[in-house]
Amino acid sequence: MKFILALSDLIIPIVFSYIILYGYFKKVDIYEAFAQGAKEGLKTVVLILPTLVGLMVAVGILRASGSLDILSSVIEPFSEKIGFPKEVVPLTFMRLISSSASTGILLDLFKNYGPDSFIGRFTSVMMSCTETVFYTMSVYFMAVKITKTRYTLIGALAANFAGVAASLWICNMLWG
Amino acid sequence: MLNYLWGAMILIGIAVAAFTGKMPDITNAAIESSKEAVTTCITMLGIMAMWCGLMEIAQRSGLIKTLTVKMKPFLKFLFPDVDEKNKALDCIATNVIANILGLGWAATPAGIKAMQELQKINKNKETASRAMCMFMVFNMSSLQLISVNIIAYRSQYNSANPSEIIGPGILTTLISTIAGILFVKIMEIFFYKNKKGELQQ
Repeated sequence: MKFILALSDLIIPIVFSYIILYGYFKKVDIYEAFAQGAKEGLKTVVLILPTLVGLMVAVGILRASGSLDILSSVIEPFSEKIGFPKEVVPLTFMRLISSSASTGILLDLFKNYGPDSFIGRFTSVMMSCTETVFYTMSVYFMAVKITKTRYTLIGALAANFAGVAASLWICNMLWG
Repeated sequence: MLNYLWGAMILIGIAVAAFTGKMPDITNAAIESSKEAVTTCITMLGIMAMWCGLMEIAQRSGLIKTLTVKMKPFLKFLFPDVDEKNKALDCIATNVIANILGLGWAATPAGIKAMQELQKINKNKETASRAMCMFMVFNMSSLQLISVNIIAYRSQYNSANPSEIIGPGILTTLISTIAGILFVKIMEIFFYKNKKGELQQ
């Protein structure tokens, strides 16, 4: 199992080396390209700032009001049986609906439990392997005016469920 | 969606605070959270700039194009009823590679173009075709291999090793994607098997 953590350490250096060498090989002005791309990256972050402020404020209010704790304690008897941290339940559902709202909850969990706690690590892995199903589906199908989506939703939910279950398993193996 | 969700989160929070007697904390939480959103974005600025810069090199050197071409044989397996020369496959390949590399903004336009191309060869314009169902589930099974933003958030909250989740993230992403493909392939057997037992469109 430890090789997975070794992979974590190695992947970024490998990606760097590969892309830079490939760039030299193809005679690309890599520094110029990097600077240009970095500029685009900055723009992307600035564009998400307004939604992030909005949603972190909303999650902050929910947290301060005690709503999230009430929700967690309602779910606790069920989640405890399968070893699922109750604090993560609201995030799991929000993840399917909205990317920015789930980011707000994720950051709230990081703040309260720390990114290196079991909850912090589990949510990090889980966020990496799940997707905003409802949002994505509505955007793509609306673009082509499809109303009967057949087994798409259940398939996407199955894939995401597999991701959540796999995250819980791997985190228990590595850090449990 | 967010229009209602966002308002509801705040209103529910305030209503619950009235009952739990936590009203004094609400204002403070709102102010603190807004400040925190900004500090988080500042951390993200650096990491996202680095990643996007790197990806721009990959783009200009033709690396992304090469990966897209290498994707083709696999797409034939996923979409057996789409003609090999159909433009939809190019769009799907672009969408998938962009998603894998975490270039969400490049992925969505290509994905929508792919759906439009698939719609052209769709027999029943209101119902998702076999290829569309596969594409959508594949796309929503999470493809991004390295979650750069999650690493940025972890480092913002002082993780001792923000990138330790990359390996587990890759493994679980593979699992969720394989699960999605398997599920659709099984569904296709029920939906598209004709009397001879062959799969049809």
